[in-house]
Amino acid sequence: MNLQNIPVSIESAEEYSIGSLHALLVEIATLLEEFARDGTRGSIDLNSLPFAAGEYDKLRQFLGQGEVSVRIEAVGPSEIMETRYPGVWWVTHYNVEGDIVADMLEITDIPEIIKSQSADIAAGLELLRAQLNDEVPQ
Amino acid sequence: MNEHDTLGERLAQQGISRRSFLKFCAALASMMALPPGAASAIAETLIKTKRPSVIWLSFQECTGCTESLTRSDTPTLENMIFNMISLDYHHTLQAASGYGAEKSREDAMKEFYGKYLLLVDGSIPLKDGGIYSTIAGRTNLDLLQEVAKGAAAIVAVGTCASFGGIPEARPNPTGAVPVSDIIKDKPIINVSGCPPIPVVITGVLAHYLTFGELPALDDLGRPKSFYGQSIHDRCYRRPFYDQGKFAKTFDDEGARNGWCLFELGCKGPITHNACATTKWNGGTSFPIESGHGCLGCSEPHFWDGGSFYAPLSTPTSPLNLATDAVVAGAAIGAGITIANRMKKNAAKSEHQTATVADLEK
Amino acid sequence: MDQDLFLTWVRSTGLNIALSIFVLGMLWRLFEIYTLGRKPDLAVPRRVAGASGLRTMFRRSLISPRTYGSSALGYIAGYVFHIGLAIVVLLFAQHIKLIQSITGLSWPSLPAQFIDAAAVVTLATMLLVLVDRISTPVKRFLSTFQDYAAWALTFLPVLTGYLVTKHLLLPYTTMLALHILSAELLLIFLPFTKLIHVFTLWGSRWYNGDVNARKGVAT
Repeated sequence: MNLQNIPVSIESAEEYSIGSLHALLVEIATLLEEFARDGTRGSIDLNSLPFAAGEYDKLRQFLGQGEVSVRIEAVGPSEIMETRYPGVWWVTHYNVEGDIVADMLEITDIPEIIKSQSADIAAGLELLRAQLNDEVPQ
Repeated sequence: MNEHDTLGERLAQQGISRRSFLKFCAALASMMALPPGAASAIAETLIKTKRPSVIWLSFQECTGCTESLTRSDTPTLENMIFNMISLDYHHTLQAASGYGAEKSREDAMKEFYGKYLLLVDGSIPLKDGGIYSTIAGRTNLDLLQEVAKGAAAIVAVGTCASFGGIPEARPNPTGAVPVSDIIKDKPIINVSGCPPIPVVITGVLAHYLTFGELPALDDLGRPKSFYGQSIHDRCYRRPFYDQGKFAKTFDDEGARNGWCLFELGCKGPITHNACATTKWNGGTSFPIESGHGCLGCSEPHFWDGGSFYAPLSTPTSPLNLATDAVVAGAAIGAGITIANRMKKNAAKSEHQTATVADLEK
Repeated sequence: MDQDLFLTWVRSTGLNIALSIFVLGMLWRLFEIYTLGRKPDLAVPRRVAGASGLRTMFRRSLISPRTYGSSALGYIAGYVFHIGLAIVVLLFAQHIKLIQSITGLSWPSLPAQFIDAAAVVTLATMLLVLVDRISTPVKRFLSTFQDYAAWALTFLPVLTGYLVTKHLLLPYTTMLALHILSAELLLIFLPFTKLIHVFTLWGSRWYNGDVNARKGVAT
């Protein structure tokens, strides 16, 4: 049988629930409340949670898309998006082959990885100064 | 570039941004089942670490464990682990060969005596003086004992090095034993699996490098963060097991609906590994999700645990009632005969003869 | 011996030994019983003897106040736990696979929640039966070591089986091995204790009915 002729059926999202979704949403709400109250950042590692078929997609549908979406290229792409609930960010890191290496929800005002890192700033400043010295000899 | 600079220096030299490294640490934290918030702390520690020397000894193995770890030659996040260590000796991966390779091993051992990390894959044959596996004319046993002397810790990668694996399976013709049967005076981490999940191998290394000590181990020497739970505990098909919905054959209605694979021989309940959560191929899937029962490959003696397709409630091999029955029958018969004889003799010896005179008393 | 080796042992050698002793023991005991024989009855039976035998098998199985007297609870509990035992042993999918692997026979199973409930009811009523035996003076007086041992041999497999499916007490592999071992012990001792009633019950009731019919008291 030709590879193309082997039938592939995709599981629909309306399968069954093992209850992870509701528990997760409650945890998100709790963490968000804590952050709103005293600025304590929270995070949830989605890789470690067991999802039944369809529950992961239901989570995506539920959290939705907010106003901000960031794409980082650092040894593979990373997609960071604020969900429709401000303060709840969905961070997914991929390697160069497109496999997910980390998948998490961050409850914060801005995820750390978006910010410029001080070591990189220092290295960039050095490079800028070196180029200024080269190009504008005065 | 000095092989043993700090990690920070090495990353800067390779033009890898701190942000990239932070991303790698987030992946590491996820691997090691640490909270995502630990990523920055891990980054700060690792950036200052001097890359330790790692010697990898391959013994009676199939190279599957190395293959599992190094799936591609393009720079990936997983391979960043090789930035964290200085792999000074590895048959498959090193460029050198022959005497040159042996010399780089000896140099590394001398320079970092007491501090290098020893990784072993494959079992060690002991029969007939250990001649069934030799490297550069030396038996595995000899090499292991010498290199282990100066190691800070040993990581036994794969089920062969951890428990003996396939060479140790009945009848074990080479007398294969695991690392822990030979080395008794060094800390050993068993990262079992046939092969182990790649991120588990790198996660264990990362833990050791970050925290400078072995992770918490279970009673078989496996890191609890990856082997603490069984496949069954975290299997997404568990609701079907609990309801008694089982697939009867590999392509029936139940199988298509994703029902539990217990009746098709799944060893998930007795197997401890991270397959159900961490999964394989970058989180793509794991055997049960692909429709095949767990083989139990991270457990000792799994090759001798009966057919992969025999459910856990059934015998491991066809029952052999004939010979065992004869043995059992003979045992019972003999036992009862002796008991009866003893009873008879006891009654006889206790028997007191009575005379008419006694009766008239 | 680590827990995986223990489990493999009970699934291979242990099962071999247990089944061998069970089959051999049962054959030997049944042979022993049926070759006892009886002297041929030269008189004409007053009633149809065989029919009385069959009737006795049926009537002794009924519950009636005459039979259970003042011990209703113990009697009914006894009935309940036997039924529960049958459900758990014969209608649990994993057990059916075991029977299929040995004999080739199989039949549909019940959903696991029902087996669960049956197991709990069986455990509770078996404890009731034990308490009844200990607290009733006559029963306690009549009870020997064998009675309590037979109870334990039957109780332990149900208890350990329940603990396995619920992942309680001990790590799964060890608990499963202990469950299989307890079932093997039950098999080994069954032919040599009163548990043999599993096979001799109906023959015994028939015999009683038959003998009584010949003596003039058809039951």
